[in-house]
Amino acid sequence: MELKGLTEDVITQISELKNEDAWVKDYRLKSYKAFSSMEMPSFGPKVELDFSKIIYYKTSEEERIKSSWDRVNKRVKDELDTLGVLESENHMDGMGVQYESEVIYHHMIEELKKKDIIFTSIEDAMKKYPDLVKKYFGKIVSFSENKFAALNGSVFSGGSFIYIPPHTKLDRPLQSYFRIASKNMGQFERTLIIVDHDSELHYIEGCTAPTYSEASLHAAVVEIYVGENSKCRYTTIQNWAHNVYNLVTKRAMVDTNGTMEWIDGNIGSFVTMKYPCCVLKGDNSNGTCITISVASKGQQQDSGARMIHLGKNTKSKIISKSIAGNGGNATYRGKVDIKPDASNSEALVKCDTLILDSESKSDTIPVNRCQNKSSNINHEATVSKISDENLFYLMSRGIDKDRAQELIILGFLEAFREELPMEYAVELNQLLKKNL
Amino acid sequence: MKIEIKNLTVKTKDEKEILKNFSLTISEGEVHAIMGPNGTGKSTLAKVLLGDSAYEVISGDILVDGTSILDKTTDERARMGIFLAFQSPISIEGVSNTEFLKTAMNVRREEKIGLYPFLQTMNQALKDLNMDEAMMHRSLNQDFSGGERKKNEILQLKLLEPSFIILDELDSGLDVDSLRVCATNIANYLKDHPKTSVLVITHYPRILSYLPLNYVHRMNEGAIVETGDMELAKKIEKEGYLRDNVLREDVNHE
Repeated sequence: MELKGLTEDVITQISELKNEDAWVKDYRLKSYKAFSSMEMPSFGPKVELDFSKIIYYKTSEEERIKSSWDRVNKRVKDELDTLGVLESENHMDGMGVQYESEVIYHHMIEELKKKDIIFTSIEDAMKKYPDLVKKYFGKIVSFSENKFAALNGSVFSGGSFIYIPPHTKLDRPLQSYFRIASKNMGQFERTLIIVDHDSELHYIEGCTAPTYSEASLHAAVVEIYVGENSKCRYTTIQNWAHNVYNLVTKRAMVDTNGTMEWIDGNIGSFVTMKYPCCVLKGDNSNGTCITISVASKGQQQDSGARMIHLGKNTKSKIISKSIAGNGGNATYRGKVDIKPDASNSEALVKCDTLILDSESKSDTIPVNRCQNKSSNINHEATVSKISDENLFYLMSRGIDKDRAQELIILGFLEAFREELPMEYAVELNQLLKKNL
Repeated sequence: MKIEIKNLTVKTKDEKEILKNFSLTISEGEVHAIMGPNGTGKSTLAKVLLGDSAYEVISGDILVDGTSILDKTTDERARMGIFLAFQSPISIEGVSNTEFLKTAMNVRREEKIGLYPFLQTMNQALKDLNMDEAMMHRSLNQDFSGGERKKNEILQLKLLEPSFIILDELDSGLDVDSLRVCATNIANYLKDHPKTSVLVITHYPRILSYLPLNYVHRMNEGAIVETGDMELAKKIEKEGYLRDNVLREDVNHE
């Protein structure tokens, strides 16, 4: 099953294939209207996409989501096994896998079911828990936000839905894994996470795609609600192939005393435009974004974070580490806005850039607004290269030049690495070795 | 390890000649000291022995056990067993001391060192040097005092087991007690490794009094101008380098 090109008809077909309720279909069509009337982003890298050539929906099997690997198509299972997906499940409390447009696998440990935690695909949630979904879906990220959020609203397929009930904590993270295997494929997953009051969640997302000569598109939307006294951490390492446009809108709404943490790693893709956002709506709420972007040959990483302070005594922290090498372009683009009512608030923005050679580029484009007198924003930025002095020191201990550079690069990214679960930190090292 | 430096002339990248026809032979197991005013090329000599690409060798040769090492890279020379304790060790963000030490130990062995033997060796060395174990989990030399950085150099020396040691002003930035601890550790190392040779660059005889010293050389304007023993070191401490050099040193400081 494959749907190419973007028309009202295609959108209706997707909706019918998924057997959706009328409200979902309406949402799709409204989004499409917005998409058609909107311009491409006026900032950042040039996005050259022919929307008529993209595959908007594709599945190889039209069966239901599996909860056991034995029932997943063997070819797909073997492919995911090679990528280490099956192995990584051992470290999680639950895992979902999306292959092309549909979630093909979902499993969580028994204990979570007893705790009334919901971890499923967004389509499944729309059918089983419509009231819960309706309350938040499209409320945190509106389809009128930007062209790619509108595109996602029209053709979204797959993605996770997580609900953590009040007073609930998980011992280990939940994970989703996204894979694009076809050329010209668009993946438009839609994730909605609700962490009800006094609860905690760590969610991990990993992405890969094989390389094809024709560009693929990943335009996801992630909406998160963090309830009172709750905490949510969302960890991503994207390693899309170097011909994938990765244009993602991620936003969390944080209630009183809540904490949201984005741990965001951008290693792959051709062009990435992604600025995870925290709307600090409740008083005393906190937002953190630790982001790294690594741009190698032909890559443009345009990433950063946004922190919108609405509540009083709110705190935010953005730590951005960019590395540009082999002619890549790694740009930090971020925004901190402390609104007039958000008194006694504090924001810290720290952007460090490491440029590996003279062909590579980096920019820091911050927008910092503080609209009341009792709050403040601290901004620090550094740009450096690997110094000959540091290399000489490491090499004088017998470490060869490549390994010495690697140590310095990993050291530069340590603030990010130390936030990752062990097996992800190891994987990150491998990815960096391959990419730089 | 035997080191022969033969008629070495060295320039910086901006064409400034620093070593001029410099010659010195250090035989296996010998301890040599070089004293000389600031800016006379002592640190340059130390770095050139390790192949620092900031300098260019114009003529002459450096032989290790009879073979030229001029075409060898810094890391290759280090793996041959040459070790430089830096005058001002740099710090590197995010690279933990432990990780760095383990990497440096592993690059010179066939089989990687196991975690347990590594920790055992490291902890013994920390104890010998009177260093805080917690420092090993911090970033390399980051937030270390001048003295701690120097001790960390000697810790590396003990773990990497070199055959030729260059100490570039180890005594600067060390208090009397720390200097004694460091120097005693080196002296003990030399007892266990009698074939290891040493080049000590210093301004003061104190450090030399801890070591089995063979020769003291006075260096001036890129070459050795006088050779003697401990008495020469004491004389230099008492009388200074040449009067005109003392003046020049003052000028250099400003």
